[in-house]
Amino acid sequence: MQSLSPNLPPDTQREMLRRMLTIRRFEERASADYLAGKIYGVVHCYIGEEAVAVGVCSALDRGDRIISTHRGHGHCIAKGADLNRMMAELYGRQTGYCKGKGGSMHIADFGIGMLGANGIVAGGIAIVTGAGLAAQMEGKGGVAVSFFGDGASNAGPFHECLNIAATWKLPMLYVCENNLYAAQTPAAATHALSDVAARAAGYGIPGVVVDGNDIFAVYQAANRAVDRARSGGGPSLIECKTYRWRAHTERRGQPDHRDPGEVEMWKGRDPIAQLARQLREQGDLDDLAMESMEREVIAALDAAVAFAEASPFPTPEQATEDAFAA
Amino acid sequence: MRELTYNEAAVEAVAEEMRRDQRIFYMSTDPIGPLLSEFGAERIRATPITEAALTGMAIGAAGCGFRPIVDWRQVTFCFVAMDQIVNQAAKIHYMFGGQVTFPILYRAAVGGGGQVAAQHSQSPYSMFMNVAGLKMFLPSTPYDMKGLLKTAIRDNNPVISFESGRLMTRKGPVPEDDYTIPLGKADIKRGGNDVTVVALAWLVHEALAAAEELAQEGISVEVVDPRTLVPLDKETIRNSVQKTCRLVVADEAGPTAGFSAEVAAVATEDSATFARLQAPVRRVCALQVPIPYSPVLENHVFPDRKRIMAGIREVLEGRRSAAAS
Repeated sequence: MQSLSPNLPPDTQREMLRRMLTIRRFEERASADYLAGKIYGVVHCYIGEEAVAVGVCSALDRGDRIISTHRGHGHCIAKGADLNRMMAELYGRQTGYCKGKGGSMHIADFGIGMLGANGIVAGGIAIVTGAGLAAQMEGKGGVAVSFFGDGASNAGPFHECLNIAATWKLPMLYVCENNLYAAQTPAAATHALSDVAARAAGYGIPGVVVDGNDIFAVYQAANRAVDRARSGGGPSLIECKTYRWRAHTERRGQPDHRDPGEVEMWKGRDPIAQLARQLREQGDLDDLAMESMEREVIAALDAAVAFAEASPFPTPEQATEDAFAA
Repeated sequence: MRELTYNEAAVEAVAEEMRRDQRIFYMSTDPIGPLLSEFGAERIRATPITEAALTGMAIGAAGCGFRPIVDWRQVTFCFVAMDQIVNQAAKIHYMFGGQVTFPILYRAAVGGGGQVAAQHSQSPYSMFMNVAGLKMFLPSTPYDMKGLLKTAIRDNNPVISFESGRLMTRKGPVPEDDYTIPLGKADIKRGGNDVTVVALAWLVHEALAAAEELAQEGISVEVVDPRTLVPLDKETIRNSVQKTCRLVVADEAGPTAGFSAEVAAVATEDSATFARLQAPVRRVCALQVPIPYSPVLENHVFPDRKRIMAGIREVLEGRRSAAAS
């Protein structure tokens, strides 16, 4: 049951839908191009979890900062990253966000407050907590958001950072994307409590569980936490229960031991279809608008792929550039 | 000139830089009194014992325009933060294509001699030298400490200040005026012609004592203090070895894959320097064991001036027999 629409203009609600759709189509494209050998290394898809990134980022201002995980395309797009530079990075080109040095797991755009995808589980939590400290010291009401998975919630930095953020009342949102599996391992096998959010009590901060496939539920929880953070109330932990539709990575032959029935059940709770349905019911979306949104998203991705393919690879010598800053 | 201890020189460097630049703040589990009273608890932050978090938070704050200093106090305590040091701080500038800078200073006391046993007596800088993306230095005098620390605070990269525990209370001249010492520039602490001793931190002083004693025998020892470990001043080391034709490397760390091995490679892989070498390179290092507690054991494990002298005599052996024949 989808939450009621918050008091947001229809344009904003449609923009939320567009961002979620962009994430999904971007990753479908990235997966296909990866399997075609045009994208290298490893690609982790966020498909099925789009409502979390977009719901939270819709509650943020441009100056607010976020950090992501190895499954980072969604957070980049939700924070407003440029699709051309993202795709060029996946293609390993000079024009990519990291000049071809990072790839899918390391896209960052500090200009929009996206402090990077991070290939180490729980690796970004401390970094973005430092961004929260920076926001507090800047004193301009900025907030910082740590996105991480259920797996990361069992790692030390999660606990260390919740403690220090709570103690110093840092303007932080800790957003756990509980997709029920840490790679192959079910969360139930590695968590003593079923809700990560319950751990907030140990640090004296609010902890809430929300339906992570319900974008308005996510948005409203994030909005409350952002208000609290901006007004000096300190950090919050938001656990978004969601599900990854695809295997841990897009690698051919990647094992996926999950029950196919479980996967199908979650596909039936598609966050994009749910929002589209609701917008239709509200009278804010019709077939024509939906089709044109689809066309625009695909056109933007075609343009991003064309940009990437037309971009030069780095020269081999550029491997030694940027080791140190001037 | 007035004298300061090694530790006082470090605190003065931090204080001067914090007065100069409001973006600098300091995080430590045990704040330094004089800094706390001058700059207050907002900028001199007393933290939980949570080095992994602090080390990473510095990265985030640096990426947002601040210039954090994290004082691990002893290098021992940074090992719980290795993910943040190795996977994050060292790589983040490069991995993100250089889009922003990460000016961070990490401070860590190293070395032994305090009878505090294995976990609190460590000199693991070569582990960090091996990780691309970190700068680091290890000064031997109060003068070098202040000048290098100020440069490191102004540097736009993660820099580790390794600081010798044995030297903390050692005094030396430090000018009152504002000065800096560039990273990557070795210092010839004593000129000589017969043999080059490359030494770090406390062993610079032991090497100088050895040189003084050997001078009585007419042996002229040049003592080179690299000061900075990354970037290493290869040129000064090679020039010195090309002049003396003999090299001894003294290090408080063990020899295996260590700083001393790096210096030996710097000398021997350069054909001009190799061609001038008249004896094998001799390393005078700690024994390759964890550092033991009992003074009898600890003193046996660490190199000292006597072992440096023995090393020097060894590399001069060929010259003596040649002179005798």
